[in-house]
Amino acid sequence: METAIISGKGGTGKSSISAAFATLSDNVVLADCDVDAANLYLLFDPSREEEEVYIAGHKAVIDYARCTSCGLCIDYCRFDAISFQNDKVIISQISCDGCFLCSRICPEKAIKMVSNDKSRMYSGSFRNGKMVYGRLAPGEENSGKLVNMVRAKAKKISATTGIGQIILDGPPGIGCPVISTITGADKVFIVTEPTISGLSDMQRAVEIVLKFSLEPRVIINKHDLNSSMTERIMGWCDLNGIEVAGLLPFDPKMVESMVHGKSITEFDPENKISRELRKIWNNNLK
Amino acid sequence: MFKIAVASGKGGTGKTFVATNIFYTLQQQNQRVMLADCDAEAPNAVAFFDAKLIGTSEVTQQVPVINTDACTFCGRCREYCNYNAIFILPPMRIINVIEDMCHGCGACSVACREGAISEKPVTMGKVDVYSLNGATSLIEARMNIGVMSPVSIIKAAIRKVDHQSDVVILDAPPGTSCPFIQTVSASDYVILVTEPTPFGLSDLKQSVETLKIIKKPFGVIINRAGSGNKDVQDYLWKEKIPLLIEIPFKKEIAVLYSTGKIVAETDLFFAEQLSQVIKNILSNHGNSHNQR
Repeated sequence: METAIISGKGGTGKSSISAAFATLSDNVVLADCDVDAANLYLLFDPSREEEEVYIAGHKAVIDYARCTSCGLCIDYCRFDAISFQNDKVIISQISCDGCFLCSRICPEKAIKMVSNDKSRMYSGSFRNGKMVYGRLAPGEENSGKLVNMVRAKAKKISATTGIGQIILDGPPGIGCPVISTITGADKVFIVTEPTISGLSDMQRAVEIVLKFSLEPRVIINKHDLNSSMTERIMGWCDLNGIEVAGLLPFDPKMVESMVHGKSITEFDPENKISRELRKIWNNNLK
Repeated sequence: MFKIAVASGKGGTGKTFVATNIFYTLQQQNQRVMLADCDAEAPNAVAFFDAKLIGTSEVTQQVPVINTDACTFCGRCREYCNYNAIFILPPMRIINVIEDMCHGCGACSVACREGAISEKPVTMGKVDVYSLNGATSLIEARMNIGVMSPVSIIKAAIRKVDHQSDVVILDAPPGTSCPFIQTVSASDYVILVTEPTPFGLSDLKQSVETLKIIKKPFGVIINRAGSGNKDVQDYLWKEKIPLLIEIPFKKEIAVLYSTGKIVAETDLFFAEQLSQVIKNILSNHGNSHNQR
């Protein structure tokens, strides 16, 4: 069974909650799908048993020995990535989308496509099972393909080891990497917080989950920081038929556990947050 | 015009909090300032102000439309498409465009020798422009739900920035991938907001590496200082990275922010700190390359 934890808004406590879930069951496969800012390895210090290269698209590079500065590529590029600078054709690596079109139409064959091969996927063991995590190289396109690769690896590990529970710690936002995290997952939790931003980002996250015909369940973190906003969120969920799975109080212990390299349920098992998370997780397993 | 991007690797560290408070503070000083919310997947900055919507523009992308009467099912368009957005079964005379996968590069149109491919625009999102106290002040990039990448919407929002402004604040998307790069590369200086936790530090390091690669000057604001540990401070000290200010962790700040209030409105010490930070940035970085 695959359980995804996403949030819309960043920093609502997604990874801390994923970490707790990952240490509540006996044995899990934990997949960190937030490949743009993977963090769970900090808590779990997994062994690196396997490493795979991920090709994150391509970039166009000009061979100036061949380029005649005809400028044809500039006319064809739809990403405003190519321009003349002092009569020299320059390709902006930031704007290049890697579509190959310039390399195909160049009459001098002066443009080569170079693959972005700095991103990696790692897998190994941690204290409560197996772990897979991706590391997207800075500036590369977070297309969700690396997320797919991480999930495929997690499923393979689950099949070969017989560990049934897969936990997916998702990325923030509602774009392609989020879609890749939830497509085909069995359960989806959305973590939010009682702020104006938290409410609006949760609504967008709910919409994307419903679009993929899944039933999101909402966890409101730090609910007591603003109880009227918490009520607003619960009211909205109620009106839209979205289940609220649980409310977690604000407690500095959450950060403290992270500083100690532990999940909250490991660090302080009798804490209110830990008890609530156990309840949510046990319900989820039913 | 001087553009300052407010960014962070990790989400939820207080980017929007810092961006909205700087914007408010400068506006109170009657500076010509704009705030552009470039976090198109989760835009939130406008909600903090009583702003009036004065203009909306749709951001579209061209996607191919295939005329199956003219198509010979040769497969050249699929060969040219680097995004697997064209599905073709020649024996069955089936050809489909998977619009969600299309990046709008136009390669298929170039590939087709039969003139069977035309294009139509599809909406990716929108850019809203708002006025505040009578002046055009706020821009918001908003990606439609189900769209894969916010990059084109971010670019459109940055193009809308008023060049008459003295200072433009860009509220950047989290992470260090394409959307982040698009935003910070348009700026003259980057403020990285982090929190003093292991997650905060790990993501900060990645942001710093990225900004070094693209050679942008930057400084760091530590939010919720006093919680977590001192590792972020030690790292900044060791790497000689300027620590702009530390915002202490206070429950009152969190509560004010949660209701959509601007903290600098009541916390004058905080407003003065932010004002000083911007003054220093402008005097250290504002002369050489801001006349664009």
